[in-house]
Amino acid sequence: MNTIALVGNPNSGKTTLFNALTGSNQRVGNWPGVTVEKKEGSIKFKDKQYTIIDLPGAYSLGSFSEDEVVARDFILKGNPDVVINVVDATNIERNLYLTIQLLEMGAKVVVALNMIDEAKAKKIEIDINTLSQKLGVPIVPTIASKRKGIEELVSKAIELMEKDVDYKAHISYGESIDKEIENIKKVLSSFDLDYPADWIAVKVLEGDPYVLSKLEKDYNLSKSTLLKDLAEKEEDLELEVIDKRYEYINNITREAVKLPDEHIETLSDKIDKVITHKFLALPIFGLIMFIVFQLTFAIGEDFLGGYIGGLIEILGSGIENILISFNAPDWLISFFTEGIVGGIGTVLEFVPLIVVLYMLMGILEDSGYMARAAYIMDNIMRALGLHGKSFISMIIGFGCNVPGVMSTRTLENKKDRMISILINPFMSCGARIQIYLVFISAFFPDSGGLVLFSLYFLGILVALIMAKIFSKTLFKGESSYFIMELPPYRMPTIRNVLRNMWDNVSEFLVRAGTVIFFVVSILWVLAMLPVGVEAYSQESILGKIGTLIAPIFVPAGYGTWQAAVGLFSGIAAKEAVVAILGMVYAGVEEGSALVNAIQSAFTPLSAVSFMVMTLLYTPCAATLGAIKKETGSLKWTAFSALYSFAIAWLVSVLVYQVGSAIGLG
Amino acid sequence: METITLTKLNSGKKCRIKKINAGMKATKRLYELGLNTGSKIEVVKNDIGPVIVSIYGNKIALGRGLAEKIYVVS
Repeated sequence: MNTIALVGNPNSGKTTLFNALTGSNQRVGNWPGVTVEKKEGSIKFKDKQYTIIDLPGAYSLGSFSEDEVVARDFILKGNPDVVINVVDATNIERNLYLTIQLLEMGAKVVVALNMIDEAKAKKIEIDINTLSQKLGVPIVPTIASKRKGIEELVSKAIELMEKDVDYKAHISYGESIDKEIENIKKVLSSFDLDYPADWIAVKVLEGDPYVLSKLEKDYNLSKSTLLKDLAEKEEDLELEVIDKRYEYINNITREAVKLPDEHIETLSDKIDKVITHKFLALPIFGLIMFIVFQLTFAIGEDFLGGYIGGLIEILGSGIENILISFNAPDWLISFFTEGIVGGIGTVLEFVPLIVVLYMLMGILEDSGYMARAAYIMDNIMRALGLHGKSFISMIIGFGCNVPGVMSTRTLENKKDRMISILINPFMSCGARIQIYLVFISAFFPDSGGLVLFSLYFLGILVALIMAKIFSKTLFKGESSYFIMELPPYRMPTIRNVLRNMWDNVSEFLVRAGTVIFFVVSILWVLAMLPVGVEAYSQESILGKIGTLIAPIFVPAGYGTWQAAVGLFSGIAAKEAVVAILGMVYAGVEEGSALVNAIQSAFTPLSAVSFMVMTLLYTPCAATLGAIKKETGSLKWTAFSALYSFAIAWLVSVLVYQVGSAIGLG
Repeated sequence: METITLTKLNSGKKCRIKKINAGMKATKRLYELGLNTGSKIEVVKNDIGPVIVSIYGNKIALGRGLAEKIYVVS
């Protein structure tokens, strides 16, 4: 099948265009070997199917980030039949910088001149014919959010795919650099290279670390052996190459693009004056976050979550009745109703919560507010040794820590990234809410909101303190500079918001359906064995494990084997804690019997102490998996598991001991 | 026409980039974003937090540490 690659700057509307092109025919995966998301879709045009690959958004095709390397590798080695380059018409010069690089690679490019309506509103005049002629590529004006120009874009792309053109931009970098490029090409000509020689030559001059290390490793060629005439002015060269590209672009746009003399203040500028205001920015940010969480809980947890819970119960008793009518043995009935339905049920119950949270996050992202949030938080985060963008990954962690950990990819600096990964599990994820809710209804039915808020707050506080400690000890050094584009505010498109939500939720569901299901099944088996003991009793393997580790928790006020079993299960999946507590205490998964059992097994103080423990202790297996994948290190994964346990234990013991000392026990 | 750092300019002021004195990686990124020597920019906001500059109406926030290293002439 023929392949079309989609390339463009961040905020150029590339994702919107991809969604408009492919509709629901999308698959999300990973690029092999790296942690960059790979989006693939397919379209049908004149009865033929085409694959569309959405490459990561990039400003340049250097090796600034993994994203850039992935994008350029795919263009050079993935051999897409044609490349659609999404260019933001309101920001044409900068966007053409990427176009030029594509043309230097010799890619077959069609430019989608996107957001052409916004450019008109900004009084930017673009002579498309002249621009197309000068660049030597077809250009199709589009408005991806309104699905305009899509048909023509596809037909142009496919037309070009079938044409046999070999277009390659030859930019003059000035006499001396051009000569040096020729020199390098001569040296390279005796090697069998993976990439085009002239492209490599330019990259060598640009000082591209990825290309240089590859040359060094595979061909034993170092930069100093390649550079001849210009060897002394290495650093200047790197910038001069960029300057020359811009010069080349300016020569084109001078004739084809007319910018207004004065920048006209847009509605977006006016909104920004308020949103990023010196004094108003933080209160507004706080208010937006408050609304996001209020809506998430009101709609996701209380409203929809309740319905799902009801449905699961009906399903459970339905299956039980069917099995009984078939005279199925007790252990089989137990496996289905308690193990499977119970396990899946606890997971599904908070799917609505995640759905609502990610939809709201999607709206913030798509509207352009997320970039402002990073901007607003940068000062505070920097004081704590973090980066403004770290805050975004923390917010995402409130839904589920797995995407939270994965979202740290946007941080380029290793230090920022490692710290953000290590503190993310302190963000109380959706799964942990179930645990709090049971304890709240047992002990604090009238001040549930306050308890929840305090727990979230404690999680953030511990995360920030740990960040500060890490940045002073394990990860010293500067945070990377804050450089972030603040795109204009835009009306979020329903399609993008739903798409983004579904990508997150479906990933979660797959995980729930595999990992969590698997884990819950194992716990069930451990609770049933050895054969002959009462299920979920202290004599079962699970009970014995609990008995073994329970003494650790005596100073925290809940040194019972049941509580220990609950916490042990939580390392597998936090969703399992409530279900397991229910089974070991009351022989039911949830409901008033469990609440009663908890009331007699805990005191209000030990309940608080236990909630603090579940908030902070070892991340669940899925999160540890994500940490392993993102850090690429088993050592840091083990560290994450152990240090968070230690912190949780300390805080939990502190809460219980101080509480007892002042007479709260 | 004196050369000052970007952080010294008030909001609303226009200037031209004279020199960027940051590390190679950051400098390159700025160049690629169109903030190269000679480009005309406007300071949109400079009070607390990162400095926001506009280049042809396109806004980019730059951390204060970085803005300190960008020399401009107003």
